Amino acid sequence: MLNDNDRIFTNLYGFDDWGLDGARRRGIWDNTAALLAKGGPAIIDEMKKSGLRGRGGAGFPTGLKWSFMPKEVGDRPHYLVVNADESEPGTCKDRDIMRHDPHMLIEGCLVAGFAMQAHAAYIYIRGEFYDEAVKLNAAVRQAYDAGLIGKDACGSGWAFDVYVHRGAGAYICGEETALLESLEGKKGMPRLKPPFPAGAGLYGCPSTVNNVESIAVAPTILRRGAAWFAGIGRPNNTGTKLFCISGHVNKPCNVEEAMGIPLRELIDKHAGGVRGGWDNLLAVIPGGASVPLLPKSICDDILMDFDSLRNVQSGLGTAAVIVMDKSTDVIKAIARLSYFYKHESCGQCTPCREGTGWMWRVMERMVSGDARIEEIDVLHDVTKQVEGHTICALGDAAAWPIQGLIRHFRPEMERRINESKTRRIAAE
Amino acid sequence: MPKMKIDGIDIEVPAGISVLQACEMAGVEIPRFCYHERLSIAGNCRMCLVEQEKAPKPIASCAMPVMDGMVIKTNTPAVKKARNGVMEFLLVNHPLDCPICDQGGECDLQDQAMAYGYDRSRFHENKRAVPDKDLGPLVKTSMNRCIQCTRCVRFATEVAGVEELGATGRGEQMEITTYVHKTLSSEMSGNIVDLCPVGALTSKPYAFNARPWELRKTESVDVMDALGSNIRIDTRGAEVMRVLPRVNEDVNEEWIADKTRHAIDGLKRQRLDRPYVRRDGKLKPASWGEAFEAIAARLKDVPGTKIAAVAGDQCDAEAMVALKDLMAALDGARVECRQDGAALDASVRGAYLFNAGIAGIDKADVILLLGTNPRWEAPVLNARIRKRYLAGKVKIALIGDTPVDLTYPVEHLGHGPSTLRDLADGKLAFADVLKGAKNPMIIIGQGALRRSDGPAVLAQARALAETVNAVRADWNGFCVLHTAAARVAGLDLGLVADGGIDGIYAGGEKGDIEVVYLLAADEVDTKRLGKAFVIYQGHHGDVGAHRADVILPGAAYTEKPGVYVNTEGRVQLAKRAGFPPGDAREDWAILRALSAALGKALPYDTLDQVRQRLVKANPVFGAIDQQAPGAWGAFGRSGDVAEAAFVSPIGNYFMTCPISRASQTMAECMANRQPQAVAAE
Repeated sequence: MLNDNDRIFTNLYGFDDWGLDGARRRGIWDNTAALLAKGGPAIIDEMKKSGLRGRGGAGFPTGLKWSFMPKEVGDRPHYLVVNADESEPGTCKDRDIMRHDPHMLIEGCLVAGFAMQAHAAYIYIRGEFYDEAVKLNAAVRQAYDAGLIGKDACGSGWAFDVYVHRGAGAYICGEETALLESLEGKKGMPRLKPPFPAGAGLYGCPSTVNNVESIAVAPTILRRGAAWFAGIGRPNNTGTKLFCISGHVNKPCNVEEAMGIPLRELIDKHAGGVRGGWDNLLAVIPGGASVPLLPKSICDDILMDFDSLRNVQSGLGTAAVIVMDKSTDVIKAIARLSYFYKHESCGQCTPCREGTGWMWRVMERMVSGDARIEEIDVLHDVTKQVEGHTICALGDAAAWPIQGLIRHFRPEMERRINESKTRRIAAE
Repeated sequence: MPKMKIDGIDIEVPAGISVLQACEMAGVEIPRFCYHERLSIAGNCRMCLVEQEKAPKPIASCAMPVMDGMVIKTNTPAVKKARNGVMEFLLVNHPLDCPICDQGGECDLQDQAMAYGYDRSRFHENKRAVPDKDLGPLVKTSMNRCIQCTRCVRFATEVAGVEELGATGRGEQMEITTYVHKTLSSEMSGNIVDLCPVGALTSKPYAFNARPWELRKTESVDVMDALGSNIRIDTRGAEVMRVLPRVNEDVNEEWIADKTRHAIDGLKRQRLDRPYVRRDGKLKPASWGEAFEAIAARLKDVPGTKIAAVAGDQCDAEAMVALKDLMAALDGARVECRQDGAALDASVRGAYLFNAGIAGIDKADVILLLGTNPRWEAPVLNARIRKRYLAGKVKIALIGDTPVDLTYPVEHLGHGPSTLRDLADGKLAFADVLKGAKNPMIIIGQGALRRSDGPAVLAQARALAETVNAVRADWNGFCVLHTAAARVAGLDLGLVADGGIDGIYAGGEKGDIEVVYLLAADEVDTKRLGKAFVIYQGHHGDVGAHRADVILPGAAYTEKPGVYVNTEGRVQLAKRAGFPPGDAREDWAILRALSAALGKALPYDTLDQVRQRLVKANPVFGAIDQQAPGAWGAFGRSGDVAEAAFVSPIGNYFMTCPISRASQTMAECMANRQPQAVAAE
């Protein structure tokens, strides 16, 4: 279990003041100029050494991502874009950062922006996060008034502006290039890659899009050193991470924990255990709606980090742990996720546009059992036809939960189909 | 030059192209729906997925730039599976209505489903239904068939320059539509029918008329404007069913304007299918012999000075040379082709050509539009200017009447000749822009020339072109934009008379001219011909025929083989797609027959002989499909200019010639464009 003095998010629950005074009390904005004085390359190097992997879901090494920005600023300015469009079902970590500790994010913006020679950061915040946007704006105002950002940020001589932009509620705008399109005032549809944002991002300029949590932890990593951060967790899966535990647990919560904590320990220690005891567990979705679920047999001893979960054909995603006990209709649960992806598909590319609707309709029939056994294989084949063939990862995200369901709960699906058939025959 | 390997074939390709283009160069076919060479890359259909070595996922070959050392595989099981999958997804919500779909037989989806699809459906849900849209009188929609490739959206936005099409909704509910149910306002809208890879957008006038395999295809040239767009005429029996563009990079790329495509129903209405002779004030049907006799009787003892001939806007060169020879045989009667009175100088070829060529627009860096509205005078050329604008680093300015939306920003310098004079004198800031340009282009419309001070304006324009160094050995930016398909050939043949059309009017009104021969000339002001005896030879019962004393039925452009010279001086050959109706004949043959009846037989009996005569009259006619450069020299005449603004000769795009005036489709387009105006009438 993580030591209290290793916690980065010390006001995660909002017990302290969210404003500038409280933030300063907690060590935020403490001699930020000294962090900047290390220089951009040193900051990026430190981030690389810390082993921080992006907290938005894909787990791409953050320091490496920053290093993709051009070394020199050419005729186009550099931009930092913060992805605060947290819409992944089950995930609510960025929300708590922004409403209880917005200055962590703003300080992170300055440090990250300075490292990649950007003079402006855009925070694209989910439209539904109204209170969070209000607080974030207020915090930005406080930071300007205190000279922490602005023409001479923290007295470092570096001009830095932070803009908060509210989205309009589309899940797809959390995809980094769709976010850029939306920020530019266009329809939120993912762009083709290449070019990657580091080459041509916001307004065609070099840009880096990072998750709120990735940016918010950066100043603390720099203050306490890469070695400290890398010393927590397991190799290649270092540091602390915010876990969002929801579903059939006694005390749903957000909690900061070390990477690689066993799932069972996470649930038992922080969420008060599974409703009705561990043996009442049916399955867990370990990383937000987009990753395949895990049956209890795997949950017993799985570690919560990128590599461990990948080895069991799932993923850490956003670390949103959705717990389902044995009262759950697991097929219906996944069907509901399929509906979500069908609803949120942008419609740009064929496999996702047509595939998500098809998968959802078949899933609905699987719920009632109004299907044939062979259709389970057709469904699996359809998910394979979507996966990897789309412009962005939404297609994959729609396909994986169903693949997980078929992988682990095929007997339940078959049972339901047979039961329904028997019922029909009996009725005739 | 990156080197890459495609399906085991080593190939070196130019940098900057896409993997799809590289595959084509290697002779490997890649299926696609959304990709189109002339539109931006969308990458949304996912049909062109291929495998790239070391890439974790298949890549969209249309969007992936080539890189050195790339290894591409298009024939692996994974690629086949990806194509099968995408094809299946495209078909799950596509109706199975091929038997009643107009695209049947020329449908990309049909063809590729044959090549890459499964043979049966695994989709057991209900198909999506999408409401049809009203895009106006030319484009019929059946939106259930739409596969959301967005080619039409990209065409409208990029090429046509009207941001009217778009997609609303998302996911399955995504629909292509116009903004709040407006119809398309482009003069190029018919092209989206060609672009649509499925039957979602089909031609409304052609709906359910024919199947592609029933049609005979004839390569021809358009005469609706002076651009000479290359077209293919599809006929069934004697009837012209539709007109499609042919690719010609130097002229129309692969677009044509709506009038070119859809005025053809005018070919079936108001046609002159037999000769007529006016007796007792009324036109009575007659035989060819009677008509010739009536002409011979009237022409007897009339000296050549009292005879005038006018060649129309859509005449082929063969008819015009025959007319010229016939008039020469009649004691040197005058012949005029500038029926709009434009001050064009036939003595210097460079004075009346679009010298830089249409493709030259791509190279121009400053464009001055002088008394022209290219959007209506030559929509395809306008799209080329827009293409140039989109390529960037170009300045475009206009001197003329209040500008309409040309689909690109234009600096409006002023209205008339005084602005032109100020510009030539260097009093306007734009003069420095022109002088500083590498390839300045001055496009002179007929609106600047068809006025009494036309020669002076022409001289001013020449002076300006020479001042700003627009006329050099390697570049001639002096560009005359004609509106009549026959004009350049007429000038090349020297069909100009002293005094021009105004001289003929004056003669007619005074009684100095007793006989006027109108060769398909319907834009003349027949009220000003006085009491002259009018012979009208043409294909439509239009302005000329109403005034005529003798009507000789001729052939329309689809019904005769003909040579046309476009505004840039490019000689092009049109083939015959069908025969003229009834007793009507090819125009040069009518003139040849009439010459015999008048006892002055012309020295040619076959089309080949006429064409030899053409080449003899002007050698440029010998070089088909070539843009013969025009010589430069002194032209125009200094003089006073009026203050009136330059006004484009085309006030109504949809009705500019006898064919389009007889076209119901064009009338519908007009009504659709100006609903209030029509309602008021």
